[in-house]
Amino acid sequence: MHPTFSVIFLTTLIGAGQGLFLAMVTGQLYAIARFLPAQTDQFYAIGSLVALVLLVTGLLASFFHLGHPERAWRAATKWRTSWLSREVIVLPIVMFLVFAYGAAHWLGLTMPLFRVGESLQVDATLLLGLFGTIASFALFVCTAMIYGGVRFIQEWHTPLTVTNFLFLGAASGFMLAAAYSAYISNPLVTFFGTWAVILTLTGLASRSAHLVRNAQMKYKSTVQTAIGVRHTVIAQKAQGATGGSFNTREFFHGQKQTTIETVRLLFMVLVFPIPILLIGAAYITSSPTLPILAFVIQYVGLMAERWSFFAEAKHPQNLYYQSVA
Amino acid sequence: MTQLALVIDLNVCVGCHACVTSCKEWNTSGWAGPLADQNPYDGSPTGTFFNRVQTFEVGKFPRTETVHFPKSCLHCEEPPCVPVCPTGASYKRPDNGIVLVDYDKCIGCKYCSWACPYGARELDELQQVMKKCTLCIDRITDAKLSDRDRKPSCVLACPASARLFGDVHDPDSEVSIAIRERGGYQLMPEWSTKPSNHYLPRRKTVMHIGQDELTRVDNPLRKEDLTTYTGEETLDDVAW
Repeated sequence: MHPTFSVIFLTTLIGAGQGLFLAMVTGQLYAIARFLPAQTDQFYAIGSLVALVLLVTGLLASFFHLGHPERAWRAATKWRTSWLSREVIVLPIVMFLVFAYGAAHWLGLTMPLFRVGESLQVDATLLLGLFGTIASFALFVCTAMIYGGVRFIQEWHTPLTVTNFLFLGAASGFMLAAAYSAYISNPLVTFFGTWAVILTLTGLASRSAHLVRNAQMKYKSTVQTAIGVRHTVIAQKAQGATGGSFNTREFFHGQKQTTIETVRLLFMVLVFPIPILLIGAAYITSSPTLPILAFVIQYVGLMAERWSFFAEAKHPQNLYYQSVA
Repeated sequence: MTQLALVIDLNVCVGCHACVTSCKEWNTSGWAGPLADQNPYDGSPTGTFFNRVQTFEVGKFPRTETVHFPKSCLHCEEPPCVPVCPTGASYKRPDNGIVLVDYDKCIGCKYCSWACPYGARELDELQQVMKKCTLCIDRITDAKLSDRDRKPSCVLACPASARLFGDVHDPDSEVSIAIRERGGYQLMPEWSTKPSNHYLPRRKTVMHIGQDELTRVDNPLRKEDLTTYTGEETLDDVAW
């Protein structure tokens, strides 16, 4: 498949945005349980604002993927059958809940609404955080299933696509939370950094399993089933066009195999070991800049990861477009 | 239920591209707007087509044969491109089973093209909407045309009559009989998309001639000789 930058930006930006929001809610939950010192409402509000900016930027990037962005509102209609439609519905819900969560903190709407058990005071921020968490997980599933649901692209048609999007998005979000805490010299940097490392390692396991699976892929379709001729030697001599077509532009990455392998190596280095080492170094040296560097490097790596995700996918229609003449 | 479809005889197709040009001419001149081309007269021409003829070489020289393979939307009975469409622009007509795109609802997200294993859908780079074969829906539903003309333009253009058009759900239709009696098959059956279009396979015409057929026992032109005798008993030796 041809990697499109609009989609690469969309999936990586909203992944980081959702992850950052999950990090904020996780931080609040730990503070309620008194595992962490309580933070100011401003900390959560600004964190939510950054998450919202990422989500909005991702949404804007996605419009560049569309031929008719002005009709995008129509995409919410077929949510019963289309994962793309579901994503179009869930993304604004997540954006609204992130906004509401941040606004509730900013306005100090922390008066307990009711109590659960002896000690748990439930306020508006906690409720919005809970709903936002559910919506964020739903958005991860919707985004990933757009790709995982296409059964013809066998590289994508696996639950590992969902776990990759979930863990890698959450990892970059927690990494950003660590960077944010480091930037404002908040002691939570260690907490977020630890979670970021755990999620990055989980993402490493998931993505590695994905790569191993795809390396052993047996394709269902062959040129024999494509044209229905039973012979071991079939060579295409013409594809009906000499100057290419939509089919050659959309479904081929057009890169050399060495480029594909280089990008794969690049993201395996940038996403996993380097950010983990930087977070470890930041823990030892209490550096305020290393977590920021870790997030930026991991984000660049995730863009390479998404590029590679597209480039490694082989569509069965390519069997009809193997040579020009 | 009616399911209109094409049946394409690969044994007859000569790869002349008449169906391609006829399809392009009809569908670029219709009410739905042009099928846009880029650089049509330059070095690297490209554009939107509903139908393409591809050519494959089967076997190794000298034992090769050339298969010309016309490819367009197969109007699947289980079209995987329809449920993925987020806007409902892609739909399957309930009355005749043709899979169509509503160009006014399409947002150009290209997701349906990912969900088609046959590469039958092409994005129009000018209009930025997804396009595909309509089986000339504006012709075949036009009651003003005579029965002879109410067929897709590719079918009418084919000089070898390699393309048949009809209802594949009607067991007595020309297309159903052709599929049944001439080994019609579907493309990529492994995806269970149930394509409505079928292809008729290549068939070699081989004559089997045995030795006995070359020398007929009762050949009336057989040369008759006088029998030469070498001393054996003949009728002449019979004593009456």
